[in-house]
Amino acid sequence: MKLIQISVFLENRKGRLHDVCSLLGNHDINIRALTIAESPEFGILRMVVDKPKDAVDILKRKGFIAKLTDIVAVEVDDRPGGLAHILQILYDNSINVEYMYGFVEKFSDKALLVFRFDSPDKAILVLKKNKINLVGAKHLGKI
Amino acid sequence: MIWNKEMECMDLENLKNIQSERLKKTAEYVYKNSPFYKKKMDQKGVHPDDIKSIDDIVKLPVTIKEDMRDCYPFKLFSAPLKEVSEIHVSSGTTGNFTVVGYSREDIRLWAEVMARALACAGAEPGDMIQIAYGYGLFTGGLGFHYGAMEMGLTIIPVSSGQTKRQLKLMNDFKPKILACTPSYCLYMAEEAREIGMDPRKSSWQIGSFGAEPWSESMRKEIESTWDMTATDVYGLSEITGPGVAHECAYKKGLHIFSDVFYPEVIDPKTLKSVKKGETGELVITTLNKKGMPLLRYGTRDVVSINYERCACGRTSPRISKILGRTDDMIIVRGINVFPSQIEHVLLSIEGIKPHYQLVVDRRAGELDELEVVVEVEEKIFSDEMKSLRALEEKIKKEIGSTLGIFAKVKLVEPKTIERSEGKAKRVIDKRAL
Repeated sequence: MKLIQISVFLENRKGRLHDVCSLLGNHDINIRALTIAESPEFGILRMVVDKPKDAVDILKRKGFIAKLTDIVAVEVDDRPGGLAHILQILYDNSINVEYMYGFVEKFSDKALLVFRFDSPDKAILVLKKNKINLVGAKHLGKI
Repeated sequence: MIWNKEMECMDLENLKNIQSERLKKTAEYVYKNSPFYKKKMDQKGVHPDDIKSIDDIVKLPVTIKEDMRDCYPFKLFSAPLKEVSEIHVSSGTTGNFTVVGYSREDIRLWAEVMARALACAGAEPGDMIQIAYGYGLFTGGLGFHYGAMEMGLTIIPVSSGQTKRQLKLMNDFKPKILACTPSYCLYMAEEAREIGMDPRKSSWQIGSFGAEPWSESMRKEIESTWDMTATDVYGLSEITGPGVAHECAYKKGLHIFSDVFYPEVIDPKTLKSVKKGETGELVITTLNKKGMPLLRYGTRDVVSINYERCACGRTSPRISKILGRTDDMIIVRGINVFPSQIEHVLLSIEGIKPHYQLVVDRRAGELDELEVVVEVEEKIFSDEMKSLRALEEKIKKEIGSTLGIFAKVKLVEPKTIERSEGKAKRVIDKRAL
């Protein structure tokens, strides 16, 4: 139930984000979710794309520093307290969230969030046990 | 005043005789006491008996910075360790320090040449001096201290840093002489204005500035800012520390005390002497040191020498201001920094050898800033901001503890550091020195 995320090191320079996005676009790779963590000098671009392995190869060939990380996509009830419910489960089971961000589009009436856990396997187990829907790569590909 | 008129104003023929005598003794001494120099001289096929005058100095082997590294820690000492009364260290090119050992006589000698240097600057017995060079392993603080003591000055051994305290001491005690790095002197002016002090009303009349290269325009700025006379001091720990040479009131080159430190200027490529007055690498032989005498030590500093008698009356030759380096060493806030040291630090942290660059800058009225630019490699890249931040901190901390200097660290994308012929340019110096 894990998904693969691509992270790319980007200097805070004009046009760098555009370079990445247009490169992926030219190779027919679709970005499903995206976030940037930033410091004054650089940023880390994190994305979920439809063909992560291809995407990393293409980026590396162009000289970008990129790597793959396991993440978990979680369906969250789109109502007040929806996210809090998930976080409560994680907190009760001492699972640490490194960071999280949302998908661009919705796949059902629920919101879809990406979680980066320090121990993704344990998180998956706990979330499943609590009847939280996780979205796998297959499911994502169909949409 | 001239501290040692006999030596400093001696006619050149007599000076040459003294230099010849002392060189003979030094060659004998190191041949007898230093296995390192015995081996070097044997390899070169030169025996102390071959040294009959100072002109024979070219027969002797040269000593280089790498020898200091290979002899770490004490193998270059000619005196037995128990006769060494003080040890100083400065940066080496890699992980190890450059170590120097002084016998009691060497410390006395250091005091003597530093007293000569202070007299060149305009100091007179009874004056008060504020020594704002670092005390400790760095030779700046203690070198000035010994010289000031020898001359009979009143010493404020404040050491470097703590600018507000420096200014208060100056204001309350009214010292006439200031000794520090020239950039720190200008930095103090900014701080003085900030607390509502007029630098032109300061008690300092004379400054002895060194430990880093500085220009004529910086001299003018210091002199007009503080309304004081700014003179240049030269030295390096391998030879003795400060007190190797100093400018007199005429500011037309730095008098090198050549009865003690014999200078040559060589072409760093051919190792042959250049013509009189031409530019090349300064090579110094210590003529009467006991702890760690050095034969023909390559300073890597590029200078020219003027042998004409100076208007001040001194006959000791004058070296020009340092015109450059033959290696890639830079001086940041008075601290010697070799790019290879940074490489060493990076290697020790992540076991990788990334491309890196040192960028040095000095904004008006500020101290030098060192920025270490590191190209991110896959091995050190992480999707988590905290890991990259932690890496930056670790590099900063490691540079701080091994080099004793604060550096900013900037992570950049691969291939962003300028390469020339495939090799990354290691140093960008933006300072107007």
